[in-house]
Amino acid sequence: MTKAILARKVGMTQVYDENGRVVPVTVLEAGPCRVVQVKSADTDGYDSIQLGFVDKKENRVNRPLKGHFKKADTKPLQYLKEFRVKDSSAYSPGQEIKADTFSAGDYVDVSAVARGKGFAGSIKKMGFSRGPKTHGSHYHRGPGSLGSVDAARVFKGRRLPGRMGGWRRTIQGLSVVDADGDKNLILVKGSVPGPRGGLVEIKEAVKKK
Amino acid sequence: MDLIKEVEKKVIKEGLPDFSPGDSVKVHVKVVEGGRERTQAFEGVVIRRQGSGARENFTVRRVTFGIGVERIFPVNSPSISKIEVVKRGKVRRAKLYYLRKRRGKAARIKERR
Repeated sequence: MTKAILARKVGMTQVYDENGRVVPVTVLEAGPCRVVQVKSADTDGYDSIQLGFVDKKENRVNRPLKGHFKKADTKPLQYLKEFRVKDSSAYSPGQEIKADTFSAGDYVDVSAVARGKGFAGSIKKMGFSRGPKTHGSHYHRGPGSLGSVDAARVFKGRRLPGRMGGWRRTIQGLSVVDADGDKNLILVKGSVPGPRGGLVEIKEAVKKK
Repeated sequence: MDLIKEVEKKVIKEGLPDFSPGDSVKVHVKVVEGGRERTQAFEGVVIRRQGSGARENFTVRRVTFGIGVERIFPVNSPSISKIEVVKRGKVRRAKLYYLRKRRGKAARIKERR
């Protein structure tokens, strides 16, 4: 069964491991989520589940969505996200998914929309190196050469300053330090994209096992 | 923010002595050496306390054989078995970085009673 859950980023703190070492963790308020729709290969061509997170007022939901929630026999939910799973028959509509689907020691991939950084230069955005600040240098934080002269144009894909952040980012292979189904908390080692209070998707790790 | 406190509650140690910059403390640290555990004491002056909650830490400075040694300890670290306050110092600032430039008699701190 492929595991997945939706969460809200709470913030970061630190805990200690059994050797007394500091472990930086991100606190995620995960679930309780509801399975709103189950897609299977027979009917939809692929296997996936749709999860809903955070209750929403009945009068804030439009009729088509109301019907959608009624099918799964769940309350209206604020966020709906689809997760591809190996075998969706393990899930049923209306099923509750809590933080304890994951346990300490699991590896997860965490996706969220990263904080928008506005128009950023190539140093911040792409990690270019800087020129000398002094000693007669007039080349400080520029992107450098954009290409050869005889091409007479700039090739596509040239890394240049521009909008940074505000896009979906996935951090792979984070380890779960603690998962508490009663308090709906998941602690993940390391940082997670997005601002505090932002919606976060947690999935089983693709690469690390 | 309350959920963070919830998580930190497990980490934060209770019954720690109240100490502040200027105080002389003896920190008993657990050290694992060749598979067995023993405690080691580090005694010196607290020159800084920073951070809050589970992330709070403090720096202890001592001068041994003319060489200044500073160690930073997390306040809630499980590898600290005990913190003893040896002397209370009277100081007028929160960060005692000026002690680094002083040695001998000039690096003394008045005792508070």
